[in-house]
Amino acid sequence: MPDIRVDDLCKSYRVAVKATGIGGALRHLIRREHREIHAVQSVSFQVEPGEIVGFLGANGAGKTTTLKMLTGLIRPTSGQALVAGEVPFDRKRRFLQSITLVMGQKQQLMWDLPALDSLKVNAAVYDIPEAEAEARIARLAELLDVNDQLRQPVRKLSLGERMKCELLAALLHQPKILLLDEPTLGLDVNAQDAMRRFLRDYNREFGATVILTSHYMADIVALCPRVLLIHEGRLIYDGSLSGLVDRFAPYRQVRLDLAEPLERAALERFGEVEALDGLRAVLIVQRSRLTETVARVLAELKPRDLAISDPPVEQVVGRLFLEGVVSPIGIASPIPAAGATGTTGAAGTTGAAGESGNDPGSSP
Amino acid sequence: MMLARFLRKARALFVLYLGYMLEYRAEIYLWVLASVLPLILLGVWAHAAESGAYPLSRVEFIRYFIAVFVVRQFSFIWVIWEFEDLVVSGNLSQQLLQPIDPVWRFVASHITERVVRLPLVLAVVALCFGLYPDAFWLPTAADFATAFVLLVLAFATRFALQYMMSMLSFWSERAASIEELWFVIHLFLSGLIAPLDVYPEPVRRITELTPFPYLIYYPVNLLLGRGAPFGQAALVLGVWGGLGWLLQRILWRRGLRRYSAMGN
Repeated sequence: MPDIRVDDLCKSYRVAVKATGIGGALRHLIRREHREIHAVQSVSFQVEPGEIVGFLGANGAGKTTTLKMLTGLIRPTSGQALVAGEVPFDRKRRFLQSITLVMGQKQQLMWDLPALDSLKVNAAVYDIPEAEAEARIARLAELLDVNDQLRQPVRKLSLGERMKCELLAALLHQPKILLLDEPTLGLDVNAQDAMRRFLRDYNREFGATVILTSHYMADIVALCPRVLLIHEGRLIYDGSLSGLVDRFAPYRQVRLDLAEPLERAALERFGEVEALDGLRAVLIVQRSRLTETVARVLAELKPRDLAISDPPVEQVVGRLFLEGVVSPIGIASPIPAAGATGTTGAAGTTGAAGESGNDPGSSP
Repeated sequence: MMLARFLRKARALFVLYLGYMLEYRAEIYLWVLASVLPLILLGVWAHAAESGAYPLSRVEFIRYFIAVFVVRQFSFIWVIWEFEDLVVSGNLSQQLLQPIDPVWRFVASHITERVVRLPLVLAVVALCFGLYPDAFWLPTAADFATAFVLLVLAFATRFALQYMMSMLSFWSERAASIEELWFVIHLFLSGLIAPLDVYPEPVRRITELTPFPYLIYYPVNLLLGRGAPFGQAALVLGVWGGLGWLLQRILWRRGLRRYSAMGN
C-alpha cells in the first residue's frame, strides 16, 4: 500500500481583481470582481514507502499548494489524497504523528528561546517519553552536528544551524512521511551538502518516505531517483530523473576544440553558443538537426576535436524553471497517468507563466 | 495516564511560555504602565466624591479603582491580535501540523504573562497606597479566595469570547477591529470607567445579564469586602463562556476551510 496516494487532486480559489488608481478602488468598493485561480488541476500520483521523490516546478506551479493539501493544512477543492492511510484534512492524531512538513521559509522554533526548550514541548505534545526524547534529541543532534547550538537562543544561530534545528524539531517524533519544501533555501554550499547527507541517512535508517521540493538541482540529483514535474497546476512528468532529461532536453551539447579563435557570431550560425573561451566552445544543438549541424561544423570550422553529450540535469531543469517549461523547442503535454512518460509536442506557447508567483502556497 | 499526559503537556507549555514572557518582560511592564486608566479615573472620582453626591465615599472610590487596576491586569485578553497575525501571516500552519489544539498555546502564554506581570502590578499598588495611605486595606482570606475564583471564571469567559471573535480572522484580515467595539461596551458596562453603583437601577439589571459586570465590577466588589452574587456570576459567565466556546468550535471548523481558500 502506497504511503501517499493522490487521485485527481484539484485546488481552486477566488482572488479579488482590482484596477489601480482611485477609480479602481471605488469600483472595487461598489462591485467586487473575482477570478478563479486553478492552483492544482487533476494531479494524481503515488509514492511507495521509503521512496524519495523530487517535486519540481517553477514558482507558482502548484508544488507548495499540493504539499499543503498532503499535510492537511488546506482542503482540496476536489479529488482525494490519502497520506499514511488517512485523509489529511481530517487532521487525526495518528496522521499528524506520521507526517512532518518542513518549509524553508517558515519556522516552528521559538525565536528568543533555545531550541531545546521548543524540543521539550514537542516531546510532550507527541507523547514521547522523556528518556526516549532525550535519546532521540542526542542522536539527531549528532547526525545534524548541532549539539552545541541547542542551548543557544534560536535568533543567535546562523541560517544553516537554524535550519538543522528546525529539521531536528520536525523529526523528533520520527515521522514516516517527510514533506520538505525548499529545506536548503538560503543555505551555503556546505550546509546544503550536510543537509542532503542527513536526509539520505534518515531515509535509509528509518525507511522514511520523502517528497522534496527544491530549486537547487543538486538536492534533487543527490537524493531523488524519481521526480514529479508540475507546471501551471498540472503534473506533466512522473518518472526517473534521467527520463526527465530525455524528455525535456531534446537538444545536445556539442563541445568544440577550435583550430583558431572565432567570433561568437561565427558560431551562432550553428546553434546557441553556451560558452566560448578562447579555443573552446560549447554549442547547444537541437537533436533533430544534430547530424546535419555536426556535418556543417566539421566541414566549415574544421575543429581539432568535437564531442557530443547530454546537457547536465541541472541545466535542463534550470531551463525548465527559467522558461516555465516552454523551451524554445517545445512544450510538454500533460501525462495521462502517474508513471507514464507522455509525449512532447511542439505546439503552443504560454510564456513564462510559472514566474508569475501566484501560487497561494508559496507566498503566504 | 491521560491526566499524566495532559499535565506533562501543560507543564512543558508553561515552562516554554514563561521563558518566552520573561524574555519580553520589558514590553509586558510597558503594557502594565500603559493600562493605568483606572488610576487616572481614581483621581477624578476621588475628587468628585468630595461633593457627597455619589453613593461611594472618597476612600471607597480610591480603593475601588486600585482594585479595578489589579483585576484588569489579570483579566486582560489579547488572543485576537495574536491569532489574527498567525492567520494573516500563515504561521498558523506550523501549529496545525502538531497534534495539539493551538488554543492551549494561547492559554499558556496568557497565564504565564500574568505571572510576569505580577511583580510590577504589586509595585504599582504599593505606590498607590503610598500616595493614598488612608485607602490602605487588605481583603480577608475568604474574600480574596472568592474574588480569585470569580477572576478565573471571568478570565476563562473573556478568553472564550475573544477567542471566538478571533476566528473571524479567517474571513477578515482585520478581525481585531471588532475588539475595539467590544472595548467601548466593556468600558461602560464592566465598571471600568465608573462603579455600577452610580448607574440607574434598570441599567444595572440589564447589565447583569451580560458578562461585563462580572469581568471587573463584581471581582472588585469581592476584593473590597462588599460581596457579590457569586452563583449568579458563575451562571451568567458560564452561559456566555459556553456559548462563546460552542460558537468558536463551529467557526473554527468553517474557518479552516476558509483558511485554505485564503491560501495561507
